[in-house]
Amino acid sequence: MPLTVADTMNYPRDVQPAVAANVTISSDPAEARRIQEEIERHLQARHVSEHDIFSIKLALEEALVNAIKHGNQMDRTKKVYISYQIFADRFDVQITDDGSGFDPNEVPDPTAFENLERPCGRGLMLMRHYMTEVVFNQRGNGVLMSKVFRRNDNGKK
Amino acid sequence: MSSQPRRRRLEVEQIGDVTVVNFVDRKILDEQNIQIIGDQLFSLVDNDGLRKLLLNFGNVEYLSSAALGKLITLNKKLQAVGGRLVLCNIDPQIYEVFEITRLDKFFNIQKEEQAALQAF
Repeated sequence: MPLTVADTMNYPRDVQPAVAANVTISSDPAEARRIQEEIERHLQARHVSEHDIFSIKLALEEALVNAIKHGNQMDRTKKVYISYQIFADRFDVQITDDGSGFDPNEVPDPTAFENLERPCGRGLMLMRHYMTEVVFNQRGNGVLMSKVFRRNDNGKK
Repeated sequence: MSSQPRRRRLEVEQIGDVTVVNFVDRKILDEQNIQIIGDQLFSLVDNDGLRKLLLNFGNVEYLSSAALGKLITLNKKLQAVGGRLVLCNIDPQIYEVFEITRLDKFFNIQKEEQAALQAF
């Protein structure tokens, strides 16, 4: 039984999400784009603030690119499994790929001067910044992310 | 070369000796799109021999880490040939992406195009 975001984060488990979906896609950026747009539409329909939507979109983009490019090595026969839930106060998503996984602790610090020109690590850093929680599974081929929405939607911050 | 028709992703304008580049896309996200934009930017330096590039992000609402990678490579290319790269007109939400990754210190970033033109 895979862990859900609620299990990992100690969120209340008796609250039903307003939107919940499980989607499996091939390692195709166009399919990933379709899911991202679908999620964005759900968030907009639920009046989630612009900044929260920006944050979620960016984290989704980075996580899906990681899954397709690094996890599945762009192999179209390999799948990406996406499960997401939208609650009144937060967005949860679980993204798993068919790759062998990686150790997020081994990724070099992209802000260190000697690493600034290296392509790796920056996406991970953005995911951690923009989401409330980012947790990788033990194998490193799956990530759980959660974004708690800002309460005040009428101001910028 | 890509098998895709090569749509122009950049609008290029010469102001004095500075080449001002505007992005056609509002979102610089897609892997393939980023590849094409990167190639077109690199071509300005490698093929057209331009040395002073000002990238105006006024149209851009969205940008991922893969796009940042291309900007870093572009900066490196320009530095190697004694050129300069300046960025301007970056939306506050996108500027935050530069700050988080500390690239706000790496690049020369100016608020307005006018100030940016003075920065060369």
